[in-house]
Amino acid sequence: MSALLVVVLALPAAGAMVAALLPGERAGRVAGTVAAALAFVASLLLWFDRSAGGTGVIRPWHEVDVAWAPALDLRFHLGVDGISYPLVVLTTLLTLLCCAYTVGHVPAGGRGSALVALLLVVEVGMLGTFLALDLVLFFVFFEVVLLPMYAVIAGWGGAGRRAAARKFALYTLFGSVLLLVGVFTVVASAGTADIVALTGGAALPRGTQHAAFALFAVAFAVKSPLWPLHTWLPAAHTQAPTVGSVILAGVLLKMGTYGLIRVAVGVAPEGARWAAPVLGTLAVAAIIVGALVCLAQSEIKRLIAYSSVGHMGFVLLGVATLTATGIQAALIGNVAHGILTGLLFFLAGAVKDRFGTGDLAALGGLRERMPGLSGLLGYAAIGSLGLPGLAGFWGEAFAVIAAVRRGGPLWLTLGVIAAVGGALTAAYFLRLLRRVTHGPASPVVAGAVCGPIARLEVAAWSPLVVLALAVGLVPALVLGMASEPVRAVAEWVAR
Amino acid sequence: MIDHVALLPAYLAGATAVLVLLVELLLARPGAVLLSGVLGAAATAVAAALAARGPARGTFCGAGGCSYVLDDRAALVAALFALLALGVLGLSAGHLRAGAVPPGEYCFLLACSMTGGVALAGARDLILLIVALETLTLPLYILVGLRRRTAAGAMAPSADAAVTFFVVSVVATSVTLLGAALLYAGTGAVRFAPLAATLADGPPAPLLPLTRVGVVLVLAGLAFKVAAVPFHAWAPATYDGAPLPVAAYLSTASKVGGVVAILAVVTGAFRPALDVAGPVLAALAVLTMTVGNLVALRQRRMVRLLAWSSVAQAGYILAPFGAFAAAAGRTGDALAAAVAAAIAYTVFYVVMELGAFAAVTALRPPDADGGDLADYRAAARRSPWVGAALVLALVGLAGLPPGLAGLFAKVAVVRALLAGGAGWLAVIVALNAVIGLAYYVRVAALLYAPADPRPAALPATAPSPAEPHAVEPPSTRPAWPVAAAVGTTALLAVLVGFAPQIVLAFAGR
Repeated sequence: MSALLVVVLALPAAGAMVAALLPGERAGRVAGTVAAALAFVASLLLWFDRSAGGTGVIRPWHEVDVAWAPALDLRFHLGVDGISYPLVVLTTLLTLLCCAYTVGHVPAGGRGSALVALLLVVEVGMLGTFLALDLVLFFVFFEVVLLPMYAVIAGWGGAGRRAAARKFALYTLFGSVLLLVGVFTVVASAGTADIVALTGGAALPRGTQHAAFALFAVAFAVKSPLWPLHTWLPAAHTQAPTVGSVILAGVLLKMGTYGLIRVAVGVAPEGARWAAPVLGTLAVAAIIVGALVCLAQSEIKRLIAYSSVGHMGFVLLGVATLTATGIQAALIGNVAHGILTGLLFFLAGAVKDRFGTGDLAALGGLRERMPGLSGLLGYAAIGSLGLPGLAGFWGEAFAVIAAVRRGGPLWLTLGVIAAVGGALTAAYFLRLLRRVTHGPASPVVAGAVCGPIARLEVAAWSPLVVLALAVGLVPALVLGMASEPVRAVAEWVAR
Repeated sequence: MIDHVALLPAYLAGATAVLVLLVELLLARPGAVLLSGVLGAAATAVAAALAARGPARGTFCGAGGCSYVLDDRAALVAALFALLALGVLGLSAGHLRAGAVPPGEYCFLLACSMTGGVALAGARDLILLIVALETLTLPLYILVGLRRRTAAGAMAPSADAAVTFFVVSVVATSVTLLGAALLYAGTGAVRFAPLAATLADGPPAPLLPLTRVGVVLVLAGLAFKVAAVPFHAWAPATYDGAPLPVAAYLSTASKVGGVVAILAVVTGAFRPALDVAGPVLAALAVLTMTVGNLVALRQRRMVRLLAWSSVAQAGYILAPFGAFAAAAGRTGDALAAAVAAAIAYTVFYVVMELGAFAAVTALRPPDADGGDLADYRAAARRSPWVGAALVLALVGLAGLPPGLAGLFAKVAVVRALLAGGAGWLAVIVALNAVIGLAYYVRVAALLYAPADPRPAALPATAPSPAEPHAVEPPSTRPAWPVAAAVGTTALLAVLVGFAPQIVLAFAGR
């Protein structure tokens, strides 16, 4: 079964090559989508034949460990466990949906087959990041994502795509070079880059842990993004094509939060304890700032983009508590955000494609014109604001609970403020719905020639709709497999 | 007793120079001249690889050490020089065919320069080192100015560049020579081994400042050759004025020459004086990468951008030596790691830089200069393969996937710095990588940008000398040796990207 890990990575890579090299443009798109589908199936197969190996804090179900470049402490060490598996499946699923969506709908800018190839390369990077159990390998995959995503935004984006893409690339590179320094701070001190050995092995010296955690935290905070390092995100999301936004919000941001749990907290637990109050405070600030900025937004994609800042704030708050509950909340928050924000961006893209504008003032009365689309938008928005029964609820609720349970005046305050932020989230999503779906049809909406929801769109959206409900009703889908590894991490940190 | 096997690569390199002259005289066909040069360079590389088998060979030995040693590392460097000459000869095919340069002289000078590089690889003696480095550089003064153009306007930049290069380089050499003389006065030795021994024992007290000044002067002179800031001003003008293949040679072989020389003196002769050399090298590295990257941001001409970027790259190459500034960086392990990182970075850099120049040469008409960045708009849409190779090289220079070779080069440098306790320098290297990406990605995006509609709207007129860039030919097919050079360097970059251990293992010997 371990070979399956390599297959999961190799399929999208091969698909990208084929999609880029096939002479036929449509054939390239279809071939890429087939590769994405195969990768999705392969990632589902990882579920079978699980047996937690090893005795450490991280017990991967399947493992591959081959030397790559010993002179750089680089080993091709992959593994999957309960923490990474949900994200792996989320990645393969969203990439498949985006590729399939591109088969029928190529955004203006370039060859659709090139777009599919780039999406598949991004998938390789994301999967590699979630699967890597070697610090240097983790860094390498972390970097793989950057330029293809830049190309997606710069090639197929909106009017201001150049500046947005450059901002995205430079910001995230700034984060990842600090990750590089952090990685080798750890490696120089510990003599190994094996995440399994570093998590739960001999503790690193205090100074090293503080330095390493600070570097890791900034690196992942840029990617997540954590206020005040988030400024690349609204521009990138607004300008990116629909599929780019979906991947960016759905999975790319999770590389930051996942890295924080697996690498930063796992490798430098003492540093994590040292920095937790700062991290928690910034996370709550992100929730409040994100919500307030959202209340003032007038563009639909920009609003959803800023809502990501707030949602990621909840996830980071969960991590910052360093408790099992908090980390569980972060994991399910990650997955829920990937499903719901992915869906929201698909829907926002559909609205913009049909009416040619995302301006909230110009939209209105969508319910009269397209009841189906407006219903879906309402569903996704309500799920995203954290209604119990849908996926968004668990992450937000448990992050607040974890903060309150952590106790002490600081964490209690943070929990309360985060709860207020949750209410603000409801306010801006309801404002979005009131502006877009309710009221009389605006001239733009009434005058536009728009087709009904296409079959392809149904195919791309329905898995997300179903998952949002399923994860909301049965959170154990995610939490069941994660509870044991999360408990181990929390104990390791608390030691 | 002279060990002729150790000298075999140098003999072959010298013989290549004579051979191309003879072929030119007897056959007078550019193709034959080029072929003989290529064969000679290949033979030199093979000889270097073969001669290095078995234990290290030293020759011209005297009390305390040998002047010339062919060990694994020297063989790697010698082979690198030979392969570089080979690659540049391939790139020159278009220029030679177009009759832009006299083929015999051109190949002869290139082979002479290669001979200097091969001799430099094994130099373990200050005199031999300086002579070899000058043999490497001297032919370049002529190559930079060598363009058979009658139009006065076309002649001027080339000649200007040659004069600038010549004057600056002569000053640099005299500085190095002065440093060597001071060291000889202080220690009575020019061979590295006895020099290091005397420095370690401590020269007589009154002479101590003299030797310290000598160390700094030698390093400063060598810094000219790598175009390290503040000794870099000659590079952009010279690169831009030279024919493209010569610019490629300058930015690779000439720079490698400087790096090898610095490496040899730092690890050989100045080992006991690293507390003096370390801070100098750290300051040079920081200045070089930062200034190079910042100025590159503002460049509008392709070759100048590559020139400034190569200045910045020289900073990354020197950075591992900056670890010597801290005591932790001077221990045996840290020193070995720093040297290995510098060599590995150099090899990765050479592959990518040559790849970038090869692709630029292929995208331009034969005998054109690098042109403005605007000339490259949509170039990758016209010639997808060459465009992809150029993007791969640029992204590699920026140090990001898919240019994995460049990524691992940066990783090696940062790793060595942190192992040597120079975290601050690692952070500076890392932040410079961010600045660097800004201009590399600008060029890469330009290559794929949609074609500008304006030139197509203009009536097609013959380009007048007043505005040479007004109308671009839509696509020119590069000569096959140029295409081969592009393909080979791109493949090599991919290969060492996926298997960096090949280079790292050699560098770590």
